[in-house]
Amino acid sequence: MSATSELHVGQELRRKEDPRLITGQARYIDDITLPGVLWAAFVRSPEAHAKIVSIDTSAAAERPGVHAVFTGEDMSDLGGPLPMAWVPPGVEVNNPDHWPLARGAVKHVGDPVAVVIGEDRYAVVDVAEDVLVEYDPLPAIVDPEAAVAGAPFVHEQFGTNKVHEWSLAGGDVEAGFAQADVVVERRVVNHRIAGAPIEARGVLAEYRAGSLTLWSSTQVPHFVRLFMALLLGLSEDHVRVIAPEVGGGFGSKLQVYGEELFACWASRKLGRPIKWIETRSENMSVTHQGRDQIAQVKMGAKRDGTITAFHVKILADFGAYNMILTPLIPSLGAFVMGGCYKIPNVQTDIVGVFTNKCPTDAIRGAGRPEATHMIEVTLDQLAAELGMDSLEIRRKNFIPKEDFPAAVATGVVYDSGNYAGTLDKLMEHVDVAEFRSEQEQLRSKGVYRGIGFSTYTEICGLAPSRVTGPAGVGVQAGLWESAMVRVHNTGAVTVYSGTSPHGQGLDTAFAQIVADKLGVDPSIVEVVHGDTSTGPEGRGTYGSRSLATGGEAVAKATDKVVAKATAIVAAELEAAAEDIEMRDGKFSVRGSPDKGMALADVAGIAYIGAVPEGMEPGLEETTFYDPENFVFPFGAHACIVDVDPDTGKVKVIRYVAVDDCGRPINPMLIEGQVHGGVAYGIGQALYERVHYDEEGQLVTGTFVDYALPTAAELPSFETDRTVTPSPVNSLGAKGVGEAGTIAASAAVTNAVIDALRPLGVEYINMPLSPMRVWKAISEANGQSSKGGEQA
Amino acid sequence: MSGKVTVRLNVNGDAHEIEAEPRLLLVHALRDSLGLTGTHVGCDTSNCGACTVHLDGQPVKSCTVLAVQADGAEVTTIEGMGSEDNLHPLQEAFWNNHGLQCGYCTPGMIMAAAGLLQENPSPSEDEVRHALEGNLCRCTGYHNIIKAVLDAAGKQSGVAA
Repeated sequence: MSATSELHVGQELRRKEDPRLITGQARYIDDITLPGVLWAAFVRSPEAHAKIVSIDTSAAAERPGVHAVFTGEDMSDLGGPLPMAWVPPGVEVNNPDHWPLARGAVKHVGDPVAVVIGEDRYAVVDVAEDVLVEYDPLPAIVDPEAAVAGAPFVHEQFGTNKVHEWSLAGGDVEAGFAQADVVVERRVVNHRIAGAPIEARGVLAEYRAGSLTLWSSTQVPHFVRLFMALLLGLSEDHVRVIAPEVGGGFGSKLQVYGEELFACWASRKLGRPIKWIETRSENMSVTHQGRDQIAQVKMGAKRDGTITAFHVKILADFGAYNMILTPLIPSLGAFVMGGCYKIPNVQTDIVGVFTNKCPTDAIRGAGRPEATHMIEVTLDQLAAELGMDSLEIRRKNFIPKEDFPAAVATGVVYDSGNYAGTLDKLMEHVDVAEFRSEQEQLRSKGVYRGIGFSTYTEICGLAPSRVTGPAGVGVQAGLWESAMVRVHNTGAVTVYSGTSPHGQGLDTAFAQIVADKLGVDPSIVEVVHGDTSTGPEGRGTYGSRSLATGGEAVAKATDKVVAKATAIVAAELEAAAEDIEMRDGKFSVRGSPDKGMALADVAGIAYIGAVPEGMEPGLEETTFYDPENFVFPFGAHACIVDVDPDTGKVKVIRYVAVDDCGRPINPMLIEGQVHGGVAYGIGQALYERVHYDEEGQLVTGTFVDYALPTAAELPSFETDRTVTPSPVNSLGAKGVGEAGTIAASAAVTNAVIDALRPLGVEYINMPLSPMRVWKAISEANGQSSKGGEQA
Repeated sequence: MSGKVTVRLNVNGDAHEIEAEPRLLLVHALRDSLGLTGTHVGCDTSNCGACTVHLDGQPVKSCTVLAVQADGAEVTTIEGMGSEDNLHPLQEAFWNNHGLQCGYCTPGMIMAAAGLLQENPSPSEDEVRHALEGNLCRCTGYHNIIKAVLDAAGKQSGVAA
């Protein structure tokens, strides 16, 4: 079989997903109901930290339409607490029991203590008010730096708030600093943000005739099935988890949540379907959040700009509990702490700490936006201290393209890269010399305009099981991906993927890959995912993995189908299999294109059973693909901002993103991911912040208080691409879902600092809100401001 | 709760009569009573606009309107805009311009954009951005949404966008 003719891969195909979405015909979780459904409303703690003295459910239980009121004590038959799947080998992790309903104490605002089950979705919320909970408040600890220093403790039994310590080092940073002529140090705060998908979470569970079906707005239906089975003592084959249409996730639905477990448990208990739809205020207080790292960074360089060492000490605020991957998140950044630079000595020391806040876990980028921010803002400061141009210092330290695959100090091997290439491409769009002269002219008019750059690489395509499994960093799961490709009698194709896309457009991308290999139109390639009862075991959608890992699985399963089809065709046409090629939608003998068979003809033979002797009938293949390595997308971003020195207001004027995510399957989808990713990063840099007051009360509990960027705040983005295929998979593809977010916050911050450097401002921690920027300008007052103390 | 009242709604050209609690939100009347689930709820505070429908021709956030307030009114939801075989120009433009990813905000975006184009058939980019300020999208960064609305406006007014 020779190379396939590519008709659809690389094309900007309109999405197969869209017709149902633009006409209101899609089914999200709240669009699904069942006969006899009962509604759940959670009673949640208003205290950040308290003992539960008593819970009086009697008044609530008597209200009309109420079927049950449950507390944590009722759920004593669970097989165990909610899971933390990361147990790094040789590292002690303090891991408190985390129950779907609190037992004895609450640890953050929103911690659930009881649930009302009733017939009406409005009435159960009313009745939740009638559950009387007496709390004995305990001192709350909110500031992670105070928490790591000592009492009060979130979980008294550990005698510390420390969760774990973990380090990753390559080379010898002390030796590196000894070689340095200049050393810069800085405290970089990467504040807490919310995932904030526009669809909050929701579940519908039905235990019926010995089997459990759970619909959940999740990114990981297979993980959820496994843990529902384990924790409820059910056989996994009797548990089906369905992710219906999911209205965004951004990592916040990569989780096994207590509400999922509760709904399943309660449905079995009551013999009725149980439904719960999260309100936005619940989403803001109990759906896991992200970032929240304070880092002490130190970078050393020689006078010519050559970086000799980078040492980062991260204090990561995990909130009140370890969720499924919580302690792993900062480690994801540690692997790429050298960024796209040749730094011989790199060390990351991580300390995780409990506070009385909502737990943190993976949110778009998960550890890598934090790492990139640290590297890129420090690099700008280093350039300033050396009197070097900020792009010159980047070019000076880029890993040259000849070095790939490049083994870096942190122990990973970057698959492919051409960092100078993406920066060159960026320079085709941005004339820095012209900008500098414009900047100077504007300054004389009192307009402070700045330009900031971020050149990044990241680690994604999760993941090689040898790295993530027990022998590696210890996520107790191989992160391979599966695919099954079924050719039907008529030549129509159904693809089953173990990924669980929720907006990425993978139905379309997968169909493009399959269509080219099988010589059919993508319109007759249906992609099915997000249902544990259809197709093989899977791993879900997160970590920019679904194309590089899930798509490669689809490609490999399709290749197996092609191999079988080829053998059938070879027998039919009395030719050698190696002489059969796919051309113009037909399997034909090379050189005789008129004599060929379309997929439908081959499928007919396969299902009638007229296959060559020894071959099984049917035309369907399955693959489990475990990648050899991660993939490492990269790029160069530029941001131009105007800063009003009187008000501190920042306006993004221009944003140019040049990304390289390997070989493009559908460029339109790539651009969409970059746009959204960049907006996510700008949102964090300028507007968004989850804020708790000193008592641990959540101040940003709604979209009124939590400022997501609107269309009016953002510019149109300029995007371009270079193409450096990944050698890891046959598609040559890398992930792109997180790339924009990973790059953007540093580009924005560097732009603001560039604008304000003449006023003496050297650094400001995000979010660069008018108040913070104005304060930094005022404090600088013509003098240097370290600026980092504004937590 | 208090007794139920009769609410008459004319939705997408069809007359309906429902028995509703006075506190029933219009969005729940549409979704739960009439089964028109294309209109979504995203925030409960009128910030996200996922619940945008037209009430007597004007875009409103149906999570902030009581069903009883809409008694006797004409309501248009995303289901009334067009079908797969007969898409509204805005629906077509969102599809052509990749103006959606997860799709959750999309019905509200389309309804808000339709409201804008009724009032201002040829808006500038800046006007579109400000008109959609009350509709949040977390996936697209708005870039392709704006492009889609400008595209639809251009086609509706016969001018190439």
